[in-house]
Amino acid sequence: MQTQAYLVVATLIFLIGAMGFLIRRNILVLFMSIELMLNGAAMLFVTFSRQLRQMDGHVFVFFIIALAAAEAAVGLSILIAIFRLKHRVNVDELTELKG
Amino acid sequence: MNWEAVVFWAMATLVLVPAFAIVFSRNIVHMAFWLLGTLMGVSGLYLLLGADFLGMTQIFVYIGGINVLLLFGIMLTRSEPVYVRRLAKRPKLAPGLIIGAFTAFTLVSALLGAGWRNVPGEPTETAGILGAFLLSEYILPFEIISVLLLVVLIGAAYIARRGSREGAE
Repeated sequence: MQTQAYLVVATLIFLIGAMGFLIRRNILVLFMSIELMLNGAAMLFVTFSRQLRQMDGHVFVFFIIALAAAEAAVGLSILIAIFRLKHRVNVDELTELKG
Repeated sequence: MNWEAVVFWAMATLVLVPAFAIVFSRNIVHMAFWLLGTLMGVSGLYLLLGADFLGMTQIFVYIGGINVLLLFGIMLTRSEPVYVRRLAKRPKLAPGLIIGAFTAFTLVSALLGAGWRNVPGEPTETAGILGAFLLSEYILPFEIISVLLLVVLIGAAYIARRGSREGAE
């Protein structure tokens, strides 16, 4: 399959994630959108790794997956802490840090 | 149409349809299961790109770890019914959709017009090469990320437990 087909799919995943991040308001949905964006970026790395015949892109995707796991764990624990305090998970209503 | 194109289009559909469903769905549990489809499709595309180790890691870490974690997050933070408000309030909705559509059009047209050299990849076994990279050239980031994962493990447990202890006092 041609390289550009993979690139288009990766770009579309990233943009769907970015659009979801902009138009949704539930923190959990924002997490899912972040995962979509990370997946799109990682797929670009793998595609160019094949195109350039270098393995460095695979190493970076490995790190991206590890960082995504770390981000999800910390983010969800923060989410649970916020929920215990406020009983809300809507980012429009969580304005305590706004000043 | 050869088998590779068939598999590619199947995987691309498996990725993009659930991705749209996540953004525009209303039931948050359904969204977590749609995310499963996207992650499996991305894993299939990795395998198709010759990245066998990454495809398997994607399934283990994302589907086995992150998606289950998201389902636990949904379970623990459900004060109201499963249904969430569909989209943002009006003033934020239109700019998001317009920016997304415009950027998608620009990037996709640029990608399609770029004229990539098509390099048919020989399928190789990548786990050994990746391991050699991680223990030679990328040893420092590898060690740092192992420490980071330990910190995340302790920090996440601490942050999530602190609220319950204060609540008990």
